[in-house]
Amino acid sequence: MAHMIKFQINGSAKMFWNNIDPEKMERSLDIAQSSLQPLLEGALVYTLPLSLITFVVGLILAVLTALARISTVKPFQWIARIYVSAIRGTPLLVQLFILFYGLPSVGIVIDPFPAAVIGFSLNVGAYASEVIRAAILSIPKGQWEAAHMIGMSYTQTLRRVILPQATRVSIPPLSNTFISLVKDTSLASLILVTEMFRRAQEIAATNYEFLLLYTEVAIIYWIICFFLSLIQGRLEHRFDRYVSR
Amino acid sequence: MISINGLHKQFGDLEVLKGIDLQVNKGQVIVVIGPSGSGKTTLLRCLNILEVPTAGSITIDEQTADFSKTVNKRTVDLLRRESAMVFQHYNLFPHMTALQNVMEGPVIVKKMSKTDARAKAEQLLNKVGLGDKLDFYPHQLSGGQQQRVGIARALALEPKVMLFDEPTSALDPELVGEVLQVMKDLASEGITMVVVTHEMRFANDVANEVIFMDQGRIIERSKPIDMFTRPQEERTRQFLNLIQ
Repeated sequence: MAHMIKFQINGSAKMFWNNIDPEKMERSLDIAQSSLQPLLEGALVYTLPLSLITFVVGLILAVLTALARISTVKPFQWIARIYVSAIRGTPLLVQLFILFYGLPSVGIVIDPFPAAVIGFSLNVGAYASEVIRAAILSIPKGQWEAAHMIGMSYTQTLRRVILPQATRVSIPPLSNTFISLVKDTSLASLILVTEMFRRAQEIAATNYEFLLLYTEVAIIYWIICFFLSLIQGRLEHRFDRYVSR
Repeated sequence: MISINGLHKQFGDLEVLKGIDLQVNKGQVIVVIGPSGSGKTTLLRCLNILEVPTAGSITIDEQTADFSKTVNKRTVDLLRRESAMVFQHYNLFPHMTALQNVMEGPVIVKKMSKTDARAKAEQLLNKVGLGDKLDFYPHQLSGGQQQRVGIARALALEPKVMLFDEPTSALDPELVGEVLQVMKDLASEGITMVVVTHEMRFANDVANEVIFMDQGRIIERSKPIDMFTRPQEERTRQFLNLIQ
């Protein structure tokens, strides 16, 4: 058994080296170059908009869910708990399939892109709500009391005092959520959204250059996420101005 | 100015205030002393409705709330507006500058214009000796300076009564003086003040009356000189012996 695996690795390594002959190299470069445009188009038209829209909608959901969780009204708490539990307890792919392939059988037909927006938003909402809940709870009780003392209402306290401070605390974990989201949107390919990864699949299906195209698409994801990390760093720096170091 | 009648506060099974009756006249400075757990901080917090009393009534200026009945939110809000609190741990808003901290109440709650609120905040910060620190964030200020911002923030609400909850307990010893000086200035301006503190010198110099609390009750109330030189109650004597 071990012998066989070794043999296969040797064999494929040999194939790899054999592949590097100038003619094939040139062909590969051509394909990489000509596929770049449709891939980037897929990123700009679907991957990035899908990520941004879902993140914004998801964050709104997350704040509402977090507030419901910490509210003293029991029914709110329960709705929030069930929502978070259901989303976290089932695979994202299964949720997307229910939305896109399942619902039509009860007469609800949603186009690929809106279905993806709904699925991913519900996901971000559930995961980020826990981040936001923790961030809100990390703000000292004295801040609520001071706001209360100067006469602020609950909403004013949240908006002016608690959420601005909670935002600072949530930037690193929410950046994580966003970066994961950008990569997870590749799952939308399975409900027919022609985002970047689906385009790579389609191109590879015509020329059989799977390694080349999947590596290319991986590098593009990596570059996007690299820039997102840079933005995270800048945001953290900006919000740190009122914290002693 | 303040009238408290039969005030009770219970946390679960624990009765922290067991019937407090207290009248404070306009312009008086009352210092509340007592061992920890005596209920002195809870009493102060009840005056600002940071704790909702379980029974009894509070009147400040014209506003009354009787907590033995169910009180509506509006009544509580009106009563709270009569007082402002200075906290032991300052509780400044860390994401706002000194100026913004002081402006927050007038602008957001009292809907004052930003220009007016700014002028007022500058004047108050000048008054507490921080005219040159307007744009500093709390973390850039010393404890004493932060507490003086806390006092300015409370004054900006134009309360009828200023409440101080151990305002110097969290401070390094060398910073206590500057805060007490600001409080003395306020007292001499005739602002009604209720102060929970362990600063007996301050009580002696500034208070019109000192109240000794123990186990949720007011044990003794007298002028500072009487309280400190010839306390009437045994428990007061024991407490004063321990801290002096």
